Amino acid sequence: MKEILKGRVWKLGDDIDTDIIIPTQFLALKTVEDMKRYAFYPLRPKLPELINPGDIIVAGKNFGCGSSREQAPEILAALKVGCIIAKSYARIFYRNAFNNGLLLLENDELYDCCNEGDQVSVSLENNRVLLGKKSFRVASIPNDLLQMVEAGGLVPFMRKRNGK
Amino acid sequence: MGMTIGEKILARASGKALVKPGEIITAKVDLCMSNDGTTHLNIDIFENQLKAEKVFDPRKVVFIVDHNVPSESAKTAEVHKKMRIFAQKHNIPFYEGTGVCHQIMIEDFIVPGQLIIAADSHTCSYGGLGAFGTGVGCTDFTSVMNTGEIWLMVPETLKFEIEGSFKSGVYARDLILKIIGDIGANGANYKIMEFGGSAMKNFTIDDRVVLCNMAVEAGAKSGLVEPDEIAIEYVTSRGRQDMHIFKSDDDAVYEKTYQYNLDELEPMVARPHCVDDVVGVTQLGEVKIDQGFIGSCNNGRIEELRAAAQILKGKKINPYVKLLISPASKTVYLQALAEGLIDIFVECGGMVLNPNCSVCWGSCQGVIGEGETLISTGTRNFKGRAGHPNSSVYLASAATVAASALTGKITDPRGRI
Repeated sequence: MKEILKGRVWKLGDDIDTDIIIPTQFLALKTVEDMKRYAFYPLRPKLPELINPGDIIVAGKNFGCGSSREQAPEILAALKVGCIIAKSYARIFYRNAFNNGLLLLENDELYDCCNEGDQVSVSLENNRVLLGKKSFRVASIPNDLLQMVEAGGLVPFMRKRNGK
Repeated sequence: MGMTIGEKILARASGKALVKPGEIITAKVDLCMSNDGTTHLNIDIFENQLKAEKVFDPRKVVFIVDHNVPSESAKTAEVHKKMRIFAQKHNIPFYEGTGVCHQIMIEDFIVPGQLIIAADSHTCSYGGLGAFGTGVGCTDFTSVMNTGEIWLMVPETLKFEIEGSFKSGVYARDLILKIIGDIGANGANYKIMEFGGSAMKNFTIDDRVVLCNMAVEAGAKSGLVEPDEIAIEYVTSRGRQDMHIFKSDDDAVYEKTYQYNLDELEPMVARPHCVDDVVGVTQLGEVKIDQGFIGSCNNGRIEELRAAAQILKGKKINPYVKLLISPASKTVYLQALAEGLIDIFVECGGMVLNPNCSVCWGSCQGVIGEGETLISTGTRNFKGRAGHPNSSVYLASAATVAASALTGKITDPRGRI
């Protein structure tokens, strides 16, 4: 895992649910590549075109609440979101995100201090997020979970481990 | 230090005498279930990525087609075909079109004390029978289907002490909406919601499932009610004898205890677009509706259909409103037929649909258009959940939906029963 992640901030609010991340009517599309164009469709339909690889989503509380649809973290990983930094996450989404190679970090204050378009950098070694001169602490993520994110999720991680 | 019922179930599943909140355990799963919302992804991971050959125990894996049934497109038909072929190959129980997955699991599989992992967020419903169900995504599910095990963190438990009795026109649905409105959509995040108190002995299994099913809408890992004679009778009458009856110890530790008195409860409504934006129906003001829906894993069982029929009997719905009713399972449908409830629904102008997830998940039936408003007994009112991104969903009890379908605006069901 790269120790420093740098990216532009996209700001979303509280309770961003899985139906917003990927609405039901797009779930039967064949591939994640087809689906990712509809990320956040009910809220900000243009966002998938604007997100560049490495960009960072900053959100409020309870990100990913709602259904267990794994396509939600999968399409964010497919959009190559660098990581998400939210005040808190819903638990099913939390597991699904790491299982799909999407890094989630928690911080209570960043959301209220940053603006959309700001540049932030995340140091995984120091567990800090830098916004200009301000620094915010995030809880450390265990190394084996970081390795799983780096491998692209639980399945590729298991295959690598099992030598398949 | 004692344990809560949830802790006891997780202790048994992990072969331990004692577990504590925060501890990570590896648990053996009694049952796992997946539906057509995501099973095609599970099968792909299982066959093509993990290159696994066998499910851990064919008697403990269940596939249920309930989200897009009958299929509305070639794409969903393909998903169902994939499930059917896999189920046949691995000789696992397979259901198609016989009901919403959680209702089928409750009718045919669940017993008190089990640990159930399913690829659906409303798996917490099984707490109505004193079993620990929790939802996961398809990667975790596929791993469970292959190994029969999962790592879990033991959650803290929140206790909800319920006293008093429901007034006429007020239901378990109103209670759970009230609770979620009070504690918020993440008020029980990662935790167990345990429902107890002196009122619980008067709650039917349907009522208990209504409470536990929506625990996830407050972020909970599971909802639970201690199993009693009512729960035991429910499973034994369906031919299931082996079970583990766990009850919370007197000295069990709860993170927090909340008190509710049913005597003070009125019909509740969750406003768009968040399940925790809840008010009493009398405080809502005038809200015109275009469609009503009665059904779903939360509120499509026989008691809810009876409550709706009581209000609709001999009346006609508003001519500019659609009312859609989907019984939660084939068993519920047949019971409703036997009781004459289906006649009432059809005669009042409603459309009776086959048992499935239907309008609640906004894909194959009763999708609403731009600017339209739905009042629903479904589980969620997220933006765009029932169709167009600019449409609105209100959540309420079956009685409130029925009363609203008659008047064309959200209506207090009390006084119409």
